[in-house]
Amino acid sequence: MASATVAVEHDEDHGHAETNTGISNNKLAMWLFLSSDCLLFGALISSFLLYRTNIGDNNTGYDSPFDVFDIPFTSLSSFVLLMSSLTMVLSLSAVNRDDERAGRIWMMTTAFLGMVFIGGQVFEFTEFYQVYGLGYSTNTWTSAFYTLTGFHGVHVSVGILMLLGTVFGTRKSGLGKGKSETVELVGLYWHFVDIVWVIIFTVIYLIPIG
Amino acid sequence: MAIVERPLAIGAGDDAVPVVDRPLGDLTRPKISGTWKDWLSTVDHKKIGIMYGVAAMFFFVIGGAEALLIRIQLATPNGTLLSPEVYNQVFTMHGVTMIFLVIMPLAAAFANYLLPLQIGARDVAFPRMNALSFWVFLFGGLFLNSAWLLGGGADGGWFNYAPNSSVTFSPSHGIDFYALGLQITGIASLVSAINLITTVLNMRPKGMSLFRMPVFTWMNLVVQFLLLFAVPVISVALFELTFDRLFGANFFNTEAGADPLLWQHLFWIFGHPEVYILILPSFGIISEVIPTFSRKPIFGYSFMVFSGIAIGFMGWGVWAHHMFVSGIGPISVAAFSLSTMFIAVPTGVKILNWLATIWGGRLRFTTAMLFAVGVVSMFTIGGLSGVTHSIAPADTQQTDTYYIVAHFHYVIFGGALLGIFSGFYFWWPKMFGYMLNERIGKWNFWLQIVGFNVTFGPMHILGLQGMSRRIDTYDASFGFEFWNLVASIGSFIIAAGIAIFFWNISYSRKQWKKAGMPNPGPDPWDARSLEWMTASPTPEHNFDEEIVVESLDEFWHRKYGYDENNNVVRIATAEEVAQDGSNTNVHLPSPSYFPIVLALGLPIIAYGLIYSLWLCIPGAALLIYGFVGWIFEHPDDPNAAHDHHDEHGDGDEPDALDAPADDAGADDEAELVAAGTETEADNG
Repeated sequence: MASATVAVEHDEDHGHAETNTGISNNKLAMWLFLSSDCLLFGALISSFLLYRTNIGDNNTGYDSPFDVFDIPFTSLSSFVLLMSSLTMVLSLSAVNRDDERAGRIWMMTTAFLGMVFIGGQVFEFTEFYQVYGLGYSTNTWTSAFYTLTGFHGVHVSVGILMLLGTVFGTRKSGLGKGKSETVELVGLYWHFVDIVWVIIFTVIYLIPIG
Repeated sequence: MAIVERPLAIGAGDDAVPVVDRPLGDLTRPKISGTWKDWLSTVDHKKIGIMYGVAAMFFFVIGGAEALLIRIQLATPNGTLLSPEVYNQVFTMHGVTMIFLVIMPLAAAFANYLLPLQIGARDVAFPRMNALSFWVFLFGGLFLNSAWLLGGGADGGWFNYAPNSSVTFSPSHGIDFYALGLQITGIASLVSAINLITTVLNMRPKGMSLFRMPVFTWMNLVVQFLLLFAVPVISVALFELTFDRLFGANFFNTEAGADPLLWQHLFWIFGHPEVYILILPSFGIISEVIPTFSRKPIFGYSFMVFSGIAIGFMGWGVWAHHMFVSGIGPISVAAFSLSTMFIAVPTGVKILNWLATIWGGRLRFTTAMLFAVGVVSMFTIGGLSGVTHSIAPADTQQTDTYYIVAHFHYVIFGGALLGIFSGFYFWWPKMFGYMLNERIGKWNFWLQIVGFNVTFGPMHILGLQGMSRRIDTYDASFGFEFWNLVASIGSFIIAAGIAIFFWNISYSRKQWKKAGMPNPGPDPWDARSLEWMTASPTPEHNFDEEIVVESLDEFWHRKYGYDENNNVVRIATAEEVAQDGSNTNVHLPSPSYFPIVLALGLPIIAYGLIYSLWLCIPGAALLIYGFVGWIFEHPDDPNAAHDHHDEHGDGDEPDALDAPADDAGADDEAELVAAGTETEADNG
């Protein structure tokens, strides 16, 4: 193999050997992981759907989850999460343009919006528990609700750590164009988590209970 | 990399300045090779494959001992060897061990060892993640079995139906170990699936199009996709079970109005693809063995591949045939009956294709071939009894009887395990450089297959007579005693066959050493695929140079051509075609301790969840340490010189991409980013 050409390729494309699919190993692996994660959330959402009308079980005194939901509040935090996808895109675009400073700022913004969303979730959980008396083991609805939204919250938190890790872990090496795939991978994960929230939000908070 | 000649020093000419590569101080890579440290830190797919095999055979002995206990208990009416409580644990752990800790890892052993070789690659896409998969599996398996020492194993059966699995009905910690242990081994399967799919899709050399890949590679690719999608479903079920038992959730708490069918559906949506996860690797193995020893190409290659893919798809649409007596309603029953009948079609295609491959071939009945023929015949019996289950009224009679036990042993023992033994005899010289003795191998085969039929054949009769599975004893007046005694005798014949296999390993090795360690040559069987095109045992770098592939069965086509009458003639010897493994100037991924460190954190966290949450802290600390160390460690040792990272600075690898988190699923994606490692030849 002519190592000269290898070196040139590497300078341009930072270390990704040509692959059969044209997608780098890292990116293909991320797609595979996300496809697997679809089934994880699929199973969690199915479990929730089974119990979604059971909020009144065990004498909680509620007829419907809409007695406890604060739809405007949750809509707002959902909006924040969706906007974080926009800032993630802006970050990737900046990195692609080799605009390191903007890339970092948008990535931090994304992480911040994610934290706002998590903060909203913590607030919601606390309120459900303290104001409405809905604990994790109160009934099947609470178990399913906390587990599904909790798993999503953990995914968002991991995404925040990935964002922060990328911002702070590249201080020495820089966050230029050569890092665009790294940023893209974090972005793939982040967008996935957002899309999953769109589904969860619809299933839990929007579909009325007959 | 672990083994001998670290090739890269050669030609390094310039005095390489040592780079500090000790980001976390302690776990520097082993400097001297050839010690036990090699095995702890290796990222070589071949060594990892061998370790998978060794670990699985260890669990095989445990699971086999449990099977013998069951058969001793049932040999005579009113057996008293095991109490009902212990009996429940023994049959549960027998099933769980054999499925998750024996068949699956044995298939993983072959997949790890052979997939990169069969497609002509140097290693898998993510060598460190590969090591991680193995260590996570091993620690998960040990964790699961440690339940025996800590108050008893799981006792709910391998499918562990709710609400029988609740604390009320199973107050010991056995089922907690089941839930968390399988969760851990599930992580191993998932990481491995991502890794192997990426390898097969992305790392094929020039000319190796998808439809020039050997059937074994294809079947394992299908299996990895099944794992990719099935594991998260069982993960959710196990999480829910864990949360129910440890944190008071109500997913399966029928008193709180939960629906116990939730577990059944989640379990079998995983569980039926799992059946194909168990059997398809074995189908792949015999699809290599049968053509080789019939001296014919596989009959209907594309039919073989597409029927494997079809099984992979249809495997998702048959799960409720496990639940015909659960009250799922006539429409569901009818639909799943039909889909179950349909899935027999691609399986039948495969069986007919194997027969057509054998038909008219110049057969050599080596031990590997005998085992392969054993698979075809025994699996056909198991497959046929499986089709009888698709007829729901008959299934209603057979559910939870020994007929079912007979069926799935014909499929999993007669199909999967015999295929794996075929693979042992076939690839042993390639893996270890010596042949297993054929005469002893034939004893091994005949004892195993006779013992197998004597054990599980009578169970069809027992089941139809009404003996229910999982019952710890029976009365003499039931009329079960004769066939039970026969089955118990058969189980000891199997045990003798397996013992002979182990003896064959050490005997053959001794004979080989006595004979001065003759090399079996690259191609002892006159085989067809690329793994035979390099030296035996496989050199660490797999291939001296990249192979340009021009056809299916590339190696065979380089050995044989056609004369003017269109007859097949030999045009070259294997030695002429094969590479001798002498190239030492190949760049390989460097060893790392962090996979084992990271993996070790998981069982500690799991113990913590069961016994004291405080224990989760050191577990999580270990996990985080392994994780951070992993990210900051170069996938390629900078001191090993002359990898081409040196040519353009080394800023591109060790980004702290992800901070650690204890979410199981989250472990993966950061590794993907950190673990990218090139493995091309660097001949420059």
